[in-house]
Amino acid sequence: MLSKGLKRKREEEEEEKEALAVDAWWLDPSHPAVAQAPPAVASSSLFDLSVLKLHHSLRQSEPDLRHLVLVVNTLRRIQASMVPTASLPPVPSVPAAPGMADNLLASSDAALSASMASLLEDLSHIEGLSQAPQPLADEGPPGRPTGGAPPGLGALDLLGPATGCLLDDGLEGLFEDIDTSMYDSELWAPASEGLKPGPEDGPVKEQAPELDEAELDYLMDVLVGTQALERPPGPGR
Amino acid sequence: MVLQPNERRYRDWSHRRLGPWCSPTGSPAPLSCETGCGEGSWILVCRLLVPTQVSLLSMEEDIDTRKINNSFLRDHSYATEADIISTVEFNHTGELLATGDKGGRVVIFQREQESKNQVHRRGEYNVYSTFQSHEPEFDYLKSLEIEEKINKIRWLPQQNAAYFLLSTNDKTVKLWKVSERDKRPEGYNLKDEEGRLRDPATITTLRVPVLRPMDLMVEATPRRVFANAHTYHINSISVNSDYETYMSADDLRINLWNFEITNQSFNIVDIKPANMEELTEVITAAEFHPHHCNTFVYSSSKGTIRLCDMRASALCDRHTKFFEEPEDPSNRSFFSEIISSISDVKFSHSGRYIMTRDYLTVKVWDLNMENRPIETYQVHDYLRSKLCSLYENDCIFDKFECVWNGSDSVIMTGSYNNFFRMFDRNTKRDVTLEASRENSKPRAILKPRKVCVGGKRRKDEISVDSLDFSKKILHTAWHPSENIIAVAATNNLYIFQDKVN
Repeated sequence: MLSKGLKRKREEEEEEKEALAVDAWWLDPSHPAVAQAPPAVASSSLFDLSVLKLHHSLRQSEPDLRHLVLVVNTLRRIQASMVPTASLPPVPSVPAAPGMADNLLASSDAALSASMASLLEDLSHIEGLSQAPQPLADEGPPGRPTGGAPPGLGALDLLGPATGCLLDDGLEGLFEDIDTSMYDSELWAPASEGLKPGPEDGPVKEQAPELDEAELDYLMDVLVGTQALERPPGPGR
Repeated sequence: MVLQPNERRYRDWSHRRLGPWCSPTGSPAPLSCETGCGEGSWILVCRLLVPTQVSLLSMEEDIDTRKINNSFLRDHSYATEADIISTVEFNHTGELLATGDKGGRVVIFQREQESKNQVHRRGEYNVYSTFQSHEPEFDYLKSLEIEEKINKIRWLPQQNAAYFLLSTNDKTVKLWKVSERDKRPEGYNLKDEEGRLRDPATITTLRVPVLRPMDLMVEATPRRVFANAHTYHINSISVNSDYETYMSADDLRINLWNFEITNQSFNIVDIKPANMEELTEVITAAEFHPHHCNTFVYSSSKGTIRLCDMRASALCDRHTKFFEEPEDPSNRSFFSEIISSISDVKFSHSGRYIMTRDYLTVKVWDLNMENRPIETYQVHDYLRSKLCSLYENDCIFDKFECVWNGSDSVIMTGSYNNFFRMFDRNTKRDVTLEASRENSKPRAILKPRKVCVGGKRRKDEISVDSLDFSKKILHTAWHPSENIIAVAATNNLYIFQDKVN
């Protein structure tokens, strides 16, 4: 899901492990290296590790919220320390910058914020879909419901919001947890153009609607494929 | 594997099961709450294992002791993950000790009764009842499996002959009744001795069934199931001092329940932001005040504690008191927030103090002082330089619990390498002990352990790099009035008591 430029090669992973074995020297204020320069190299390993942890945590079917929140907050701290002067603008194109680390940082920053935001949003959508009968908001002194609300009516109220949720979101809500960020970005625009067959067989169409149609086709394929996968196993298995 | 709800008393069987190394020798020590945790005063009473095979045994069979010892999971390597103990709790008198495990099972131990013949066996605990509290469930809408692991057990104060406890997994709280039966009715009219129905036409006389004594049987029955009120994972339950209500807390919400009502609960705390993108803090633990039924506290992943008064408003989103210690700038690191996350919060028995456990320390707070704790104890400060590695292997997220002794003079918490620590608040002395098979002889005095931080390592010390981080003591319990402690190490339950000469 954190797609842009974060496909890590084996060599990078090994480098990261080496850096970690040094046991947080960069936190030691008496260490000469720390005094001289900001610990950019070690921090980027820590950054990568945190991103990996976030990724792993979000991939769980039901993420441990405490773990997730702590990792996200730590990641934000690391990010803040790596960009001390000015925050990078959310630039879609990768700026020409020296070194792999900067590229990684610049390209992943925008994607990271967007992905973290969308994924945290996913959590709330998943919750919204399967909202169990919510606990009654208190309408009076705790311990007893007010006299005008008999327990039977209360049970019906509990059922209300849950079903309302599904209907309110509509079909779009059901598809929102499918990640299409890879296909939303402009990186795909040239590729899909190239794959297009010869001349159009109708009136000249705009670029945007054609792309949308291709995207929709792809989406439908993915959905149909996903549904086939998600079909529950038959009895006896 | 489904366990029988009716378990027999294993009084004699467990005596055989525990093996020769547990035979106590020497005279018992008078127990007193005032002894504190001085050096070398703790002895191992017994080590208890509840193997998965226990339900298959029957009291009627003539069991060979040797066969028992060989077939039981006495060895660490045979333990399955389901046997890992996930919670330990004494009841209010200390007569019973309950454990919950990852397999959803609850095992209750009962203290050996005092008897003139076997005075030396006092202080031992034997299996009293075993039952399957929670089963794995599947949430079809979310396509998620709900773990059956027991997160917490809390006892209700005893009000009649039966015992009641609350046990919870991630989503559902259950109230269990544990009762003894030592009589059974005999002489039914419509049933014969085997329980088969009799043809009414064959009955010529009527008789009154009589109660006859039988072998003691302990049965556990689920009396209430409190479900469908938590979207997130339940981390705490706490019985209110009014004995009519209790609360359950998950990552973002706290609900108040009445024991008699299972189809509704009141939401008293809700920290879920309208926009989940803004989520930066979760609830980590919660507890009611021991005497004031309107007061409770909850802790957060940011190292703060909020005290709330339910009389102030129905939804306690605004706290009455806010406890937070300002960050020490010299100790600042990327991991500051993670290590400040509070994993457990406990009121003292007096109700005047609260104790919190974060990754490296235990803190005692006075309810009347919000800006800093009155006492801070370092549990394993030598880990401060290892935080990066501990972050990598996720150990930094381990949640340790902490407990008070009965007189609130000593506090105890666990660490790694099967070490656990005790701090005497009065003498300011502390001790590190180890709960392990290799180093514990029955009734021998536990030797204090020491971790060598740097420089020359002494003979008995262990160096930081040799610590086993897979052996963590997360759950401990202290008897409410005596110096008897229960320490859970993976699938082993160690019971120690102090020996005062």
